[in-house]
Amino acid sequence: MFFKHRRIAMKNRLQIIILALVISLLTFNAFSIQRFPKPEFDSGYKTPAVQVSKIQPAVFEFLDLGLFILIMSLVTWMVLKKRSRKGVFWISVFSLLYFGFYRNGCICPVGSVQNITMAIFNPGYTIPLTAIAFFIIPLGFTLFFGRTFCAGVCPLGAIQDLFAFRPISLKPWIRYLFGLIPFIYLGLAILYSATATDFIICRYDPFVGFFRHNASSMMFAIGGILLVTGIFIARPYCRFFCPYGVLLNLVSRVSRRHLSIAPSACINCRLCENSCPYDAIDKPTGLEVKNDNRELVKRLIVYWFITPALVVLLGWTASKYHDSLALVNFKVRLAKEIMLLEKTESNVTPPIEVTTFRSSGVSNEALYSEAAAILEKFRIGSWILGGFIGLVFGMTLARLTIYRYKNDYTANKGLCLSCARCVEYCPVKEGDTVETEVVPVPVGLENP
Amino acid sequence: MDNTRKFKRREFINTSLRLGIGAGLGAIAIGLTTRSVEGKTLWQLDTSKCVQCGNCAISCVKQVSAVKCIHVTDMCGYCDLCSGYLRSNPKDLNTAAENRLCPTGAISRHFIEEPYFEYKITEELCNGCGKCVKNCGAFGNGSLQLQIQQDQCLNCNQCAIARTCPSQAFSRVDRDSPYILKGFESKKSKG
Repeated sequence: MFFKHRRIAMKNRLQIIILALVISLLTFNAFSIQRFPKPEFDSGYKTPAVQVSKIQPAVFEFLDLGLFILIMSLVTWMVLKKRSRKGVFWISVFSLLYFGFYRNGCICPVGSVQNITMAIFNPGYTIPLTAIAFFIIPLGFTLFFGRTFCAGVCPLGAIQDLFAFRPISLKPWIRYLFGLIPFIYLGLAILYSATATDFIICRYDPFVGFFRHNASSMMFAIGGILLVTGIFIARPYCRFFCPYGVLLNLVSRVSRRHLSIAPSACINCRLCENSCPYDAIDKPTGLEVKNDNRELVKRLIVYWFITPALVVLLGWTASKYHDSLALVNFKVRLAKEIMLLEKTESNVTPPIEVTTFRSSGVSNEALYSEAAAILEKFRIGSWILGGFIGLVFGMTLARLTIYRYKNDYTANKGLCLSCARCVEYCPVKEGDTVETEVVPVPVGLENP
Repeated sequence: MDNTRKFKRREFINTSLRLGIGAGLGAIAIGLTTRSVEGKTLWQLDTSKCVQCGNCAISCVKQVSAVKCIHVTDMCGYCDLCSGYLRSNPKDLNTAAENRLCPTGAISRHFIEEPYFEYKITEELCNGCGKCVKNCGAFGNGSLQLQIQQDQCLNCNQCAIARTCPSQAFSRVDRDSPYILKGFESKKSKG
């Protein structure tokens, strides 16, 4: 009876609107009932399939992983055994094309730090196996062979390396000062992923827009600025922003083997001196500086006492701003908005988040307590973040006082990106033996 | 003499640090693999939570959003006066642009038999604004639903739409059931 009535109504527009309104009111709480049942067709028409796309089989991810390990091994062999800049260069071009442009730059160890942190702090989060692998493998390689990942596998590094046309040498204080940024960036990234708030490394990935040919103009602008800067300041993102680079830097310092500029004994010919675009070659130290050793030790003692004060001071400062930091979190923001609206009681139309939340049936108190728990996490987290930054400041100052006598030109194991440019400048052949004792040129005396 | 001793000490420190880091990395790898590892998961939005705010169209990292309107044809009433296709008070009941709801003209309709019409979505034109979804849900059967079209999705680590979604409808889903559609999953389990 009802259906018959509906069929007649179909033909009349006015009636159908009224009917629709009536039915929509009737079935407001029961969505399972269809307002207009699917008709039975006389013409033999068949309902087309729902247009949902198929999923790529999982095999591809493991192929990627296999290729990643292969390229890591290849570039490591090029750097350490073959000592070929050309080899490293072409591998990096391949990585840029494949991992960057073809795979859209999104199997990326740089961002995997966040997945790992998220998985450690949020037991509910299930982490893909590939994310663990992409985090561990470059670090493992670095532990044994230095930062070969940076040299030829990282697509973000590769795209910048192509732009390093006219690298200039930066003053040490600039390098040390800007070198602190990655630590802060890493700290923030860990804070935000540990609280399950956001993945800021991915959000501000500068080059992913180029890889996808598709991004906001802001993303393109940041990437473009970095690339243009990179003409003069080689690889600015890697050196002064990359949060994963912090980990690689620290691990690389104790690496078992590392790229060496000279295949055998360094002859102090100074040919490689200006070859490094990243200022990562440690020059031989002069002889006279050693006289200031007492002064340096005094300074070290001072910094030794300053560092804990810095840790506490910066920890305290950061914790003062924990609610501003927490505003990135959706729940915290929502709770704040609702609190504000309840207080003011004006007749402004609330934002859609608020109306949606109100219709969801969750009580305000439940949201407040959830937001309070997140805020508490942020309070503790920002203490740790500030303390960590203080520690890094203190350690950087203390490192400046440590003086190591050096006879040869060597790659700085932390900063060196293993690009193997310097190797091309070295005239020493494999197996060369130094016949006479070479006296190093004291740094202070080279230009009288 | 003094120097060699120093070097040995440094080497010892380096070796022990290396072993420590190696052990730490191993512990992370094993710890996480045994605890909560999974294959690749994909982003998807839950249609039952979706409020069609229109953020999907503008928040995706892609300039044309990966969120598309999906037509669950089994739920469709094949109405002539389709509230998802036509504006709420159309001048005429025809396909002229001023009558159509979709801002990009992504929905087209084809006559089947009196009085039924089939509605099709041209995916390349759809920007996921959800206008049709809202109207179809309000006055029709709700057969038009917003979903992430998985071949379009870049599967970002953190979905940019999820960050701005007012109803927090986005979550990661298992790759074996990558779509959360009303009236579609149930059909699948039957057959």
